[in-house]
Amino acid sequence: MNEMTTIKVETTIKDWETDQEVRWCPGCGDYAILKAVQRTLPELGADPRNTVFVSGIGCSSRFPYYVESYGFHTIHGRAPAVATGVKLANPELDVWIITGDGDGLSIGGNHTMHILRRNLDCQILLFNNEIYGLTKGQYSPTSREGTKSPTSPLGSIDHPAKPAAFALGSGGRFIGRGFDVSKNLPDVLKAAYRHKGAAFVEIFQNCIVYNKDVFADFTEKKNADEGQLWCEDGKPMLFSKGTKGITLDREHLCLKVVEVVDGDWQAADVIVHDVTNRSVAHMLVEMPFGLFPMALGVLYDDPRPSFDEEVGHQHLKAISGKKPDLQKLVSQGETWTVTRGGPEL
Amino acid sequence: MATILDNKAEVDASPETVVVRFAGDSGDGMQLTGGQFTLSTALAGNDLSTFPDFPAEIRAPQGTLFGVSAFQINFGSSAITTAGDAPDVLVAMNPAALKTNAPDLKPGGLIIADTGEFNRRNLDKAKYETNPIEDGSLAKWQVLAFDISALTLESVKPFGLGVKDALRCKNMWTLGLALWMFERDRQPLVDWLKSKFARNPVLADANIAALNAGHAYGETAELSGPLKQIHVQPAPVPDGLYRTVTGADAISLGLVAGAQLAGLPMFFGGYPITPASAILHSLSKLKEYDVTTFQAEDEIAAIASAIGASYAGSLGVTSSSGPGIALKGEAMGLAIMTELPLVIINSQRGGPSTGLPTKTEQSDLYQAVYGRNGDAPMPVIAARSPSDAFDCAIEACRIATQYMTPVMVLTDGYIANAAEPWAVPDMSSYAPFPTTFLTEAQEGGLKPYARDEKLKRPWIKPGTPGLMHRIGGIEKEVDTGHINYGSENHQAMTEIRRDKVLGIARGIRQQVDQGTEGGDLVVVGWGSTFGPISQAVRRARAAGKDVSHVHIRHIWPLPENLEALLKSYKNILVPEMNTGQLKTVLRDQYLVDARPLNKVSGQPFRIWEIEKAIDAFFDGVPGNEGGTVPADHTQLPNAVSGYDDGSLKPHVHSPQSN
Repeated sequence: MNEMTTIKVETTIKDWETDQEVRWCPGCGDYAILKAVQRTLPELGADPRNTVFVSGIGCSSRFPYYVESYGFHTIHGRAPAVATGVKLANPELDVWIITGDGDGLSIGGNHTMHILRRNLDCQILLFNNEIYGLTKGQYSPTSREGTKSPTSPLGSIDHPAKPAAFALGSGGRFIGRGFDVSKNLPDVLKAAYRHKGAAFVEIFQNCIVYNKDVFADFTEKKNADEGQLWCEDGKPMLFSKGTKGITLDREHLCLKVVEVVDGDWQAADVIVHDVTNRSVAHMLVEMPFGLFPMALGVLYDDPRPSFDEEVGHQHLKAISGKKPDLQKLVSQGETWTVTRGGPEL
Repeated sequence: MATILDNKAEVDASPETVVVRFAGDSGDGMQLTGGQFTLSTALAGNDLSTFPDFPAEIRAPQGTLFGVSAFQINFGSSAITTAGDAPDVLVAMNPAALKTNAPDLKPGGLIIADTGEFNRRNLDKAKYETNPIEDGSLAKWQVLAFDISALTLESVKPFGLGVKDALRCKNMWTLGLALWMFERDRQPLVDWLKSKFARNPVLADANIAALNAGHAYGETAELSGPLKQIHVQPAPVPDGLYRTVTGADAISLGLVAGAQLAGLPMFFGGYPITPASAILHSLSKLKEYDVTTFQAEDEIAAIASAIGASYAGSLGVTSSSGPGIALKGEAMGLAIMTELPLVIINSQRGGPSTGLPTKTEQSDLYQAVYGRNGDAPMPVIAARSPSDAFDCAIEACRIATQYMTPVMVLTDGYIANAAEPWAVPDMSSYAPFPTTFLTEAQEGGLKPYARDEKLKRPWIKPGTPGLMHRIGGIEKEVDTGHINYGSENHQAMTEIRRDKVLGIARGIRQQVDQGTEGGDLVVVGWGSTFGPISQAVRRARAAGKDVSHVHIRHIWPLPENLEALLKSYKNILVPEMNTGQLKTVLRDQYLVDARPLNKVSGQPFRIWEIEKAIDAFFDGVPGNEGGTVPADHTQLPNAVSGYDDGSLKPHVHSPQSN
């Protein structure tokens, strides 16, 4: 988000579509995410000319070609670094970073960490499909242990990274979660956009070719009630049609699932979600799926001054009262004048 | 009291040039002493060139051979272009400094040594069995040995400093003596000390007292022996305003000037690396010139952020040394593919890998010209001296913005650190090269990859209404810039990228730096070998040899007339601080018999080494032209400094064995 967003621009979903043929596999979850973004942008009043999508390499990173705005498809893992240069050079721009689990957490994990700790004002959408799609199905840093793939025929041994936990641990001030076909995804995107600073959104995405239905345990309709915990600021953490909730086990300092009888969540001591509570956010991103539902929605949102803003402030302070004078600049330091009579101070 | 050991040779009382080397422990403040002596030399109107040499360790163990830090200055009344072959005067602050530096001294040269440091412990650390000042092993030099430590302590006594602080004034005492020797004014030093220690007037006064005491000592000791004043006439230079400048300073100033001449804000993405960090340091202080600096998390992020900034309409700049440049390689390809302006500074150092971080080499030419995946042509220019780095930086900004391309500037550790007098340029004499951005679509619709007559594509800033488009590292379609993997399209785009860069050579004509077009021999150089080559050619020409000097700034593309120029000579000699990289390029481009002269010891060429190679073309002996200059410990930078494990290398030997 930027200061210009106060000026809303009227657009329709059509205005955000390019003439380029979309080249994802039929049925890929990326289509749904693209539509969600293209649907959300008009609602935000975003201006195509001030919007820049920056991506790395991978299936997800083709995204910018399909959005009618400015777009930069960079190199593997480096989108956050390129985006940092874009935003510092022109803080007026709305910068979106599109990355994947390989791009953003493997080859580019370093940059993801640093953009989050610096808190550059941008939206980072990490499409997590737990597999390398573009290189034909090798296991990724988020693949579950035992994932069989061309490079792990006996099952992967690596312990997976958790994108949202990584982002929060890196100092992220906005952590959101959604999945490709979720009707709630636009709401998460809107909240991310409104957050001033680096907003990290993990989007579970179904790779129908190499890792089909790996998230079906919670994304499928039949599993939604038990599998999804949609977190909303100021609302109790309820799921399973309000019959279950999340409470704090004060003795062990961890979360636990409680039964909610007759909708009386207060009696069950269900936590009311506070998006600024960093401690609870840490527990939500670490909640093991299976024992718990998958925490989705805006898990954490507590802005602090953004990097670009601070760079701007420091810049203004440093230049105040100084007049650039190139001739003076090259003439400074210890100088002396040579005249025919010899040098003098 | 001074112990005068020997007096058999005289130091020339009014020489054309003098080489002085200050050597001491890394904690002795030798770089600072050398820097201040340089300033006083410049103020005295001498031309000069310096060579700072220091260990890779920040604080190497005290008194050890590998902890020796040295600073050499060559100054004189005629044009100086090298830091000098061998010193006339060596100031040795401890046994280790004497051991590692004495072999370099000219026979009959003067050694000034601090006997206060020549105790058993320090002699052991320097691997001296007996005290060289007493055992006669320094007989071929003049030795002036006295207890500088004690004299310094005495001079700062009134200020009540602790012994450690008091001894830290030793370098100022020594500098005072040197100022006396060369008839230099002390006042600028006094002023400098006052401002440096403004917050601690006692330290300022103590240092000034030590400086004065050293100076007074010279006046007294004059009566008693080899210590005599040496007057060097001012060099005949054009009138005007001068300052000293290092290559790193000049690059920074040149980048600022270049961005201003292009009418662009500058974005500098950098990551600390020796010897390139100084550029990031100095640009961080120049925000009022529309400079944004960004210390990135790594070398890749440094260049990637610069590319992002260029995409958004700033002039992106990044800087590093060999290992960092290697990491930036993929991103350079992105800048080439997306045709965005970018300036990349490479302050070369010895390689491969970590190599010799504080030593100089020119071995990244292949990397600069060829070191990327795919057919990835990129202009490369090389600075010949610290002051030339200013113009090279401006030239890089011009090419980058006028052709929409990344450009690499090659300097090296020698240029980055060395100082020389610089005639302050008149900025109004530089023609601006204003940048234009595309503000509306071309006829028939937006074409981000349409070309002008120079094959340059338009620069389109995000934020411009109606010109939204996508760029990236995938092959672009001619004109539209859409993704296109087609075979004919790739052929066409590869040729366009090649021809665009080759076209930069139009109007770039190679001058003969010294001598004539045509003749028996041309010595072709690039980068920091300019100094020794020009002196060697000057001497050879004075001796009647038909030899010329051509020094190439535009390494890629090569100047349009270079082929004809090189073919006008019977022989070509290419001295390089690598194993023959420019030589390969010249042979490849022109099918000429360029003969290499290579030196890869982390040391700059000495004049006589090139002279000797020139002579080989005229001695009538077939087949002895070119070759390799062997490593030689008797030269700065000294081979014993700079090894991270502190080990000594076998070719290091004592003064006695010379």
